[in-house]
Amino acid sequence: MNLEPVIGLEVHVQLATESKIFCGCPNAFGGEPNSRICAVCLGYPGTLPVLNRAAVDQAVRLSLSLDATINQRSVFARKNYFYPDLPKGYQISQFDLPLAEWGTLPLSDGSALSITRLHLEEDAGKLLHEMPGGGELPGESLVDFNRCGVPLLEIVTEPDLRSAGSAQDALQRLHQVLRFTGTSDGNMEEGSFRCDANVSLRPVGREAYGEKVEVKNLNSFRNVARSILHEIERQTLVLESGQLVVQETRSFDASNGTTASLRSKEEAHDYRYFPEPDLPPLLIDDARLQSLAGALPERPWARADRLRSEFGLTGDDAHLLTQSVELAEYFEEATKCLPENPLGIANWIKTEVLRELKRPDAPPAANWLAPAKLAGLVGMIDNGSLSGSGAKEVFAEIWESHEDPHRATERLGLAQVNDEGQLEAWLQQALKANRGPTEQLLAGEHRVVAFLVGQVMKLSQGSADPRWIRERLLEWSRANGAP
Amino acid sequence: MKPSIRAIAEDVRSGTRSAVDTLDESLVQIERSDPTVRAFVRHHAPAHSIAESIDRRVANGEDPGPLAGVPVALKDNLALENEALSCCSKILYGYVSPFSATAVERLVAAGAVPVGHTNMDEFGMGSSCENSAFFATRNPWDRDRVPGGSSGGSAAAVAASCVPVALGSDTGGSIRQPAALCGVVGLKPTYGRVSRYGLVAFASSLDQIGPITRNVEDAAVVLGVLAGEDPRDATSSSEPVGDYLSGIDQGIEGLRIGVIKQFEDAEQMAGLAPSVRSNWAATTAMLTEAGAQVVEVDLPSVHAAIATYYVLANSEASANLARFDGIRYGHRAQTRTLNDLYEQSRSEGMGPEVKRRILLGTFALSSGYYDAYYGKACAVAGQLTAELSAAFEHCDVVMTPTSPTSAFRIGERTADPLAMYLSDVFTTVASLSGLPALAVPSGLDDEGLPMSVQVVGQRFDEGRVLRCGHAIESQLGTLVLPKISAAALEIDP
Ligand SMILES: [Zn+2]
Repeated sequence: MNLEPVIGLEVHVQLATESKIFCGCPNAFGGEPNSRICAVCLGYPGTLPVLNRAAVDQAVRLSLSLDATINQRSVFARKNYFYPDLPKGYQISQFDLPLAEWGTLPLSDGSALSITRLHLEEDAGKLLHEMPGGGELPGESLVDFNRCGVPLLEIVTEPDLRSAGSAQDALQRLHQVLRFTGTSDGNMEEGSFRCDANVSLRPVGREAYGEKVEVKNLNSFRNVARSILHEIERQTLVLESGQLVVQETRSFDASNGTTASLRSKEEAHDYRYFPEPDLPPLLIDDARLQSLAGALPERPWARADRLRSEFGLTGDDAHLLTQSVELAEYFEEATKCLPENPLGIANWIKTEVLRELKRPDAPPAANWLAPAKLAGLVGMIDNGSLSGSGAKEVFAEIWESHEDPHRATERLGLAQVNDEGQLEAWLQQALKANRGPTEQLLAGEHRVVAFLVGQVMKLSQGSADPRWIRERLLEWSRANGAP
Repeated sequence: MKPSIRAIAEDVRSGTRSAVDTLDESLVQIERSDPTVRAFVRHHAPAHSIAESIDRRVANGEDPGPLAGVPVALKDNLALENEALSCCSKILYGYVSPFSATAVERLVAAGAVPVGHTNMDEFGMGSSCENSAFFATRNPWDRDRVPGGSSGGSAAAVAASCVPVALGSDTGGSIRQPAALCGVVGLKPTYGRVSRYGLVAFASSLDQIGPITRNVEDAAVVLGVLAGEDPRDATSSSEPVGDYLSGIDQGIEGLRIGVIKQFEDAEQMAGLAPSVRSNWAATTAMLTEAGAQVVEVDLPSVHAAIATYYVLANSEASANLARFDGIRYGHRAQTRTLNDLYEQSRSEGMGPEVKRRILLGTFALSSGYYDAYYGKACAVAGQLTAELSAAFEHCDVVMTPTSPTSAFRIGERTADPLAMYLSDVFTTVASLSGLPALAVPSGLDDEGLPMSVQVVGQRFDEGRVLRCGHAIESQLGTLVLPKISAAALEIDP
């Protein structure tokens, strides 16, 4: 039996807003448990939700960035279930009429993933099974409601993915979109970007889908791919042994790369969705839609196109520099400081900066060397006051210390000497000290040039421009009778 | 004749009588009547200092507002900061609200003095006040009878002359029916007219806070304070608030009063108590005599109003009451597992009527039944609203009796929930359409018990509804409220 995986994704994105979706509490991560709560997000008797416009704007921005159709009238609904992290006993979400439908996510291989729907909802709190900071809590759990009411956009895709790799790519692309549009911080460790995957198998060529398994608890791109690979393998074994895959929800265990049943179809909740009577339908008029669409932040693929046309980057370089919004910003900021050499800056980011960023202890974007300092460094090479190799040394020195590149160059004595009298003196001194090689040079043996350049560099303590020395040595040898 | 709210406030504002004396009079009456009526479940200790501060402001030449020194009672589902709030349910045992309802804040800002919380059917679910977890309130007109519900404590507190005004909440008739049974005025404003923030929700799309008063003018005064948009309630309306007093005594000359054809039907009328039937006929005749034009309007869907109401209200209630889970506040059973915690806390904390309605509502929203129940009920409510809109092309207000009977005996209907639900036959129509509706006393029956008629208006047309109610009151006179002593209840001669 030739089986084909059928994969769809459900992604929960925490929207970047000042406050929560239905109350005035700050939308932030971390801090003392239950320090960002109020009567409304705790569902105290008599409280009512009031929709945060900023959350709607962010959700519309993200939806538009995925070319989705905005429903100018959408409806909130109550999703009913009991859990201690859900204070009202229902989650305010959207059901029949979501905020947006039918979007498109371009994938790396040039194909596109269809997005079924995007809807607004509130996040729940968190259950703690040990004391904050680590003490034991025998037989008890605590609830932290700080996350309760953080605005979420749930994005549901069509089951059009056919491999773990493409699912991972889709998530990375989606993550890139929300980072470029500033609609979410996308921090996976902090739960700002959470993914569930629906995986089923079917014989190649058959149209009907197989029984689907929903895999939860996927907290990194890699784990999404791992869990899907595991599910494909597990379901293949089930089917090949003549059994049927059970429709269920499974949880991924990152420690051993397997999934385990969380609840079966029979145990699935009947959420009893019905329209939320406390909130009128969400209306988005033409003017608001147009103003949001008009001010839509640049999407990653559009930004890559612009980097190519505006700065003459190659397609590969443009793609590389739009891997993350931070990198793209970094490039453009540096370029503003050195508009005459964008390609030089691109080269430096591609090589030196990216090498640093690949280290496991790479700093967050806020602590990168200021783009103006990188531009300063490239500018010094361009005007000849620093050699390429000297610049690499300076870069290694200032990447972490954030020292001014000019000052570091001075301090390290790497400033390139442009005084031709001094350079000539060093050159003559080297020729005199190395009679053998000098004669070889005069005899036309060019292979000694590198040695003599090295000798001059040594005398100059690296401050000479080796290209200039080389030219001058050849010129001198010709003037002194070399062939 | 008891003084009007305007007169009470005027005396306090002018310094003729202190807010403290006004409050004391109220407290003395509560002390006298409440051992038998049992309208109150809680008294507010800070009332005295609030009254004192009002007197200080008057002494300083400030104006404490249109309700200066007016004692007010609150239904036990309206939040008052730092006071217990229980909805007369065990599940909220020990809960103290950290904030005040917007309606309560507005009353206090206008100078009113909250004296206590009143009894109610648990979470508003009932028509007799017998479903309270505390005790049953008795009707001041006859202590063997119910005061109606669910705002029975508020209606009884006004009828027993404890306070000139009490706030109630109305989901399917919970202000109007007890007002009718207690011989006082009850107003359910248009849905969205008064903020629901701080009202513990029963059915969010129907709930509305309103005043219960001794006369129509008082209801107009209080509505003027309560009404208006609230940024904390997204369903509150930005519709401008009218001046409900101006022209209130204009009369009803030329007013077109719609009576519902389906209710005028002989068979329907047979469901009414004979005295209510004859009172209704006499009232409409009186209105015609006073210059109004009575027209018959057709509401084909009205027969489905009660069923529709119970499906919608219970569905919403099943979600609204899910928060009472024993996790954060209120009653919590001592158990070992989470499921047991939920089950036992709720089983122990909620009364039988509440459980019945949660089960019905949960069922109506269940997968496979949603379309047949909740979906259908929404459609019927929409249809009924459309029919009423059409009816208002032929009339200015619609009138019905408020309750099919006068106050029934305590225990008479507790065994038969369906009979209890039928008390709501006339009131649910306005609830399902979100329309303003006023209950006005229309006389006493053979047993000396109050009867009432209901005036329903178009959306935000409270001004006209109050004008009509005022005309009825002027024609018939306000009822002389029963005089209550601690020893026994007796009707004032
Ligand atoms: Zn909050």
